[in-house]
Amino acid sequence: MTFLKQRKPVRLVIFIRIKTIDDDEGWFDDMSKKATESLKLQTDVLVIGGGPAGAWAAIAAAEQGASVVLVDKGYCGTSGATAPSGTAIWYVKPEEQAREDAMMSRMDMGGNLAERPWMQRVLDRTYHSMHQIRDWGYPFPIDETGGPNYISVQGPEYMRLMRKRVQKAGVRILDHSPALELLSDSHGVAGAIGINEQTRQPWRVDAAAVVIATGGCAFLSKALGTNVLTGDGYLLAGEAGADFSGMEFSTAYAIVPHFSPVTKTALYQFATFYYEDGRVIEGAGSRRGRSIIAKTLLKEPVYARLDKADESIRLAMRKAQPNFFLSFDRLKIDPFTERFPVTLRFEGTVRGTGGINIVDETCATKVPGLYASGDAATRELICGGFTGGGSHNAAWAMSSGYWSGEGAAQFALKQGANRFNRNARGLSELSGIPTQADSTKNIISTEEVVRQVQDEVFPYDRNWFRSEEGLTASLDRLNHLWQEIKQGVRTTESSRLGVREVAAMTATARWMYESGLARRETRGMHVRTDFPARDAAQHYRLISGGLDQIWVRPNMATTNRNVEEEVKND
Amino acid sequence: MIEILSAERCISCNQCVRVCPTNVFQEVENDIPIIARQSDCQTCFMCELYCPVDALYVTPNADGIELVQESSVIEDKLIGGYRERVGWGKGRKSTASDDESYLVFRRTKEMVMQNSK
Repeated sequence: MTFLKQRKPVRLVIFIRIKTIDDDEGWFDDMSKKATESLKLQTDVLVIGGGPAGAWAAIAAAEQGASVVLVDKGYCGTSGATAPSGTAIWYVKPEEQAREDAMMSRMDMGGNLAERPWMQRVLDRTYHSMHQIRDWGYPFPIDETGGPNYISVQGPEYMRLMRKRVQKAGVRILDHSPALELLSDSHGVAGAIGINEQTRQPWRVDAAAVVIATGGCAFLSKALGTNVLTGDGYLLAGEAGADFSGMEFSTAYAIVPHFSPVTKTALYQFATFYYEDGRVIEGAGSRRGRSIIAKTLLKEPVYARLDKADESIRLAMRKAQPNFFLSFDRLKIDPFTERFPVTLRFEGTVRGTGGINIVDETCATKVPGLYASGDAATRELICGGFTGGGSHNAAWAMSSGYWSGEGAAQFALKQGANRFNRNARGLSELSGIPTQADSTKNIISTEEVVRQVQDEVFPYDRNWFRSEEGLTASLDRLNHLWQEIKQGVRTTESSRLGVREVAAMTATARWMYESGLARRETRGMHVRTDFPARDAAQHYRLISGGLDQIWVRPNMATTNRNVEEEVKND
Repeated sequence: MIEILSAERCISCNQCVRVCPTNVFQEVENDIPIIARQSDCQTCFMCELYCPVDALYVTPNADGIELVQESSVIEDKLIGGYRERVGWGKGRKSTASDDESYLVFRRTKEMVMQNSK
């Protein structure tokens, strides 16, 4: 009893503190309700996903005067790839030469598919947004110029701030609330239906416009922060009839210590890579030499040591990436002096560049009322077929997020007063992809689907080094799996993983591999062992779509006017 | 993976239940929360940052359980160490302002230039 008496006052203090940090009224009410009656909301704009793109979308939509609801399957502030990491930002001062260099630096690496007008507007928007978060109080470091340095942000700080700003903008946030299907009528998308995973209360949000900001798909590889990123938004968009672009650019693997989820490939520029016996692996590196690491890993273990980092830079590295060193410190390994085993963890489309195809500068999809942003949308417009973590992706998230929210709000506010009375219906009935688990014993389980999909997309010799033979065989198995999923999926008791997530992963793998099969060349990150060279005749983006029958066609209307390739192939 | 929820330290604020992006924890009426779905933990360390009393410990091992002992992570000052380093918590200042990424990027750029010479 005395123990309890001692504890009670402490509880009270903390409770008050939390309320002031995070002014989220209604949470405790929601938790106690345990209702099965559906939560029904009407809003101008529904944002699905609460990472940086979703947060920027929600804020921008609210700035236009729209009412906004943001749903996140986890928690807006910790969800997604950005929150747990430190990330570089593609921030470049508006100086002509600096901007030109920034635009051209990865143009060839990306297979000359990026589009200069999009790069310019992303650089402009990012410049503006970074100054915006400074004004909101983000504590940027002061460099030797005496002013703030905007080249990176710390994820936990950035996303905690973004959540606060989303709330301040009057946006209603529903955490732990995955969307299970979009609502639609003959005029387009009209909201979504989902469930609160903690209270099991279903929700329905009727909305005049929807922004998909659900991130990419890393297939539950546990690359840092990516396990909520299972391609859910792709499936939602696919069911609504939106199409995709660049899904073949989905072969991103990050270097990680064998024991750790922390993907920080940039720091391995300071690494030397070794065989088990201590010999140096020639040509292995974090940038272009990554495929040598993959090829070696197919046969034997690979070790790294950050021995190119001298004393003068080690402290800066620690200050730049606290969580990178966390793993080493906890295991009492000194990565600067000791060799440690590394592997390559799959990052799928999260650090790929493909995603939902957007058709104009507002980040609209071809489906009326449906917008896409962040990693959920194609990033080829600024990256072409190659990107690293952070940097361009982070700039794209804040830019496309902003534009999609603004565009969705303007679209919504143009609709009439009856915009919520559309008798919209869920789209899963049409697609045949169930939203609920089936308890029947003799059907496939979520666990089994995950294992089968991972078996197709994780192996380097299937996904990284692609061939017609390999892709065709994988697609046969994945298409079979897709049909099986449509018969129903049972969930595993010990896991929160839902039917929609495993279906989304399966669909994503199929869009990836059909697109990979159609690109009969090597370009950007897409490597075909049977077509090892770049082919000038295939200098276009690949658009794909469909659920049961997947189609892929070239986008011949590419307007990037990059002439480098023609010059090269003369 | 999340391995320790210290009953000794936990004050049942349920902040971990609330912020975990993969819904690993579960609130328990009149008691401290539990680690209900350990295998769903993605080892992102976010719960440690949001725990106001450093009651949580995540091992760096994303794929398996290490069975670390609470007493040893307390003794080694590992529990709460990440929150301290990030500068979150009462009386601390966020270390985001100490971020020296720009120095690291500058150095890697120099290294790339040297290699291409």
